[in-house]
Amino acid sequence: MSRNSANGEANRSLPGRLRSRFEGPNTIGESRGFWVGFAVAVAALVVYPAFGDGSQLSLFMVLALLGLSLSVVWGYSGVLSFGQVVFFGIGAYTFGVVSINFATPGGITAAVVAGIVGGGVSAAILGYFMFYGGVRDVYVTIITLVSTIVMHTFMAQTAGSEWAIGEAALGGFNGMPDIPLLTLGIEGASYQFIYNPFPMRIIGIGSFEISPFYYLVLLLLVGTYLGLRVLVNSDYGRVMVAVREDEDRTEMFGYNVTRIKFVVFTLGGALAGLSGVLYAARNVYIDPTVFSLLFATLPVIWVSIGGRKSLLGAVVATLAIEYLRISMAGELALVLLGTLLLVTILVLPSGFVPWLHERIVETRLGPGEAGGADAPDTPSEVSD
Amino acid sequence: MVNGINLALQFLDSFAFIVLAAAGLAIIFGIMGVINLAHGEFILIGAYTATLAVTQLGLPLVVAMLVGGVVTGLFGILTERVIISGAWPNWVSQRTLGRDIIEPLYNRLADSMVATFGLSLILTQGARIRFGNSIDQIATPFGAISYGAFSYSTYRIVLAGVSIGLLLATYYLFTRTDFGMRARATIQDKETAQAMGVNTDRMYMLTFGIGSALAGLTGALFAPVISMQPTLGDQFLVEAFVAVVVGGPSVVLGTALSGGVLGAILATFSNLYGTFIGRIALLVAALIALRFLPDGITGFIEQLRKRRQESD
Repeated sequence: MSRNSANGEANRSLPGRLRSRFEGPNTIGESRGFWVGFAVAVAALVVYPAFGDGSQLSLFMVLALLGLSLSVVWGYSGVLSFGQVVFFGIGAYTFGVVSINFATPGGITAAVVAGIVGGGVSAAILGYFMFYGGVRDVYVTIITLVSTIVMHTFMAQTAGSEWAIGEAALGGFNGMPDIPLLTLGIEGASYQFIYNPFPMRIIGIGSFEISPFYYLVLLLLVGTYLGLRVLVNSDYGRVMVAVREDEDRTEMFGYNVTRIKFVVFTLGGALAGLSGVLYAARNVYIDPTVFSLLFATLPVIWVSIGGRKSLLGAVVATLAIEYLRISMAGELALVLLGTLLLVTILVLPSGFVPWLHERIVETRLGPGEAGGADAPDTPSEVSD
Repeated sequence: MVNGINLALQFLDSFAFIVLAAAGLAIIFGIMGVINLAHGEFILIGAYTATLAVTQLGLPLVVAMLVGGVVTGLFGILTERVIISGAWPNWVSQRTLGRDIIEPLYNRLADSMVATFGLSLILTQGARIRFGNSIDQIATPFGAISYGAFSYSTYRIVLAGVSIGLLLATYYLFTRTDFGMRARATIQDKETAQAMGVNTDRMYMLTFGIGSALAGLTGALFAPVISMQPTLGDQFLVEAFVAVVVGGPSVVLGTALSGGVLGAILATFSNLYGTFIGRIALLVAALIALRFLPDGITGFIEQLRKRRQESD
């Protein structure tokens, strides 16, 4: 912010004022070069399905939303939640149950909302229990870890026919198949997003099919990223960071630390719920492995490696690591992932993207080059 | 009557399981402020070493179990030197780059969790690659005792005895010996301890080694009764964490008390409603305990004691 008011010219013009909402001390990338790079990265993601596997990338982008939810909760408010997958999974299951019971366009749209609300409400309940109960620091982490295991144990034994909500059987380890295709809108005015490619013809390039679901997810991801940038650079975001840095001092300044942690945790839960809804919708299937210990740790891995205090880091690392994980499906994949995690935490505790950003800022010649080389990470990490 | 014996035996069994699962984790967490998410894999190392020592080398069971503990302890020391304190990588980097590359993970709880989780991934998958999805198991020793229409494995009763013995030994080590005094001094005030001539670096290393050895011994002790697969550590993790959290800051007493309370809950609910409900009851009990006793049982006792002193 202070950097911007020095740059008075940018502040007076409308685009400058708009841009300043997205910039501040809590995010990296403030230069014009960054935004150019950001636009290039988004454009690359827009055209990517014409060249690569868009359906796989759409999965990674769904998971990037989960990574963002942990980045806000852990990186910005200092609450390490091992339970983001709880809200992710509850969002997914809620979407499945509601949409199977009301398999009309309106019902499925309501199911999306129900999934997000489900994630948020379950986070609010757990968060109320923890934060208003005076649970602190690492005990929060352990409670969320234990909640993950509770959900895994619980969902895995729901195989019997008595475990059905309306038409939807929870199915235990076998999971819940036949989730209706994602359709948004109301009866008569709706659009179906999954497995509904529409042909595109561009003169000079040729014709190809593009998946509407991919673009829906891309839109949500870019929107969420920008929205969170506004949030963490707002006054509220500053207080969040203050809570992360020193809880007692923030309390002394008159802020209600408990409520801030509760609100941020709930917001993170809702965002994880949205991610879960999209995950279930994409796979038209959901099973209890989303609550497993390995899956629970993946968000922590993405956010740690990317840089927990960086929203961009969470997104880039999620895309890159999931790409790596899927493409090295061999036995050594987990060993390499573990080694990567270990080395990152030990050598680059602040994460890869902030480290890269520092290097670029250190070596840049002109002000325009800082972000320019920073942002194109997104496509280059994904499409190689 | 018979049901009473069943319940008592089940309680002993749960108690031994919880105490043994938690002991190593509690020492490393309570004393060093490091959360070892690879605790389950340390148990795995102990279990695999003991089993292989029996099946491949033909060592007697008791010796093999001790070997399991020792090997895991050594592995723990290696882990501490390389990852937790970063002493060895830093020694190298001091001579090549002229600066430390690793900041020790002491009292950096979140970072220690993430780093040791990386280690846990490597160990689990490494065990799978090296040994496959299971290895041959050793038979349960000592046979069974029978009463009425029931019988019960003698070995499981022995385990309960061993768990109590280990608790007592740990308590003795940390409260009655010179080493324990130095270790506790290191925890309480590192700088003063150093000024008094305590080699704090070595204290951290040894404490981590002892915690790891206890985890390895747990694995070795349970090797005859659990299935030998690369993910066997997972089944200990929950009970270990829950016991540590419910126990609170006083390591040995906390582990013993939470082993008692949680063991009773686990045994009762498992006996009445089956193992699944037993496990859920355990977790719910832990959540409730944390809600009302954020510093665990021993934190609560400490508070009571303070209040009584003030009122005197």
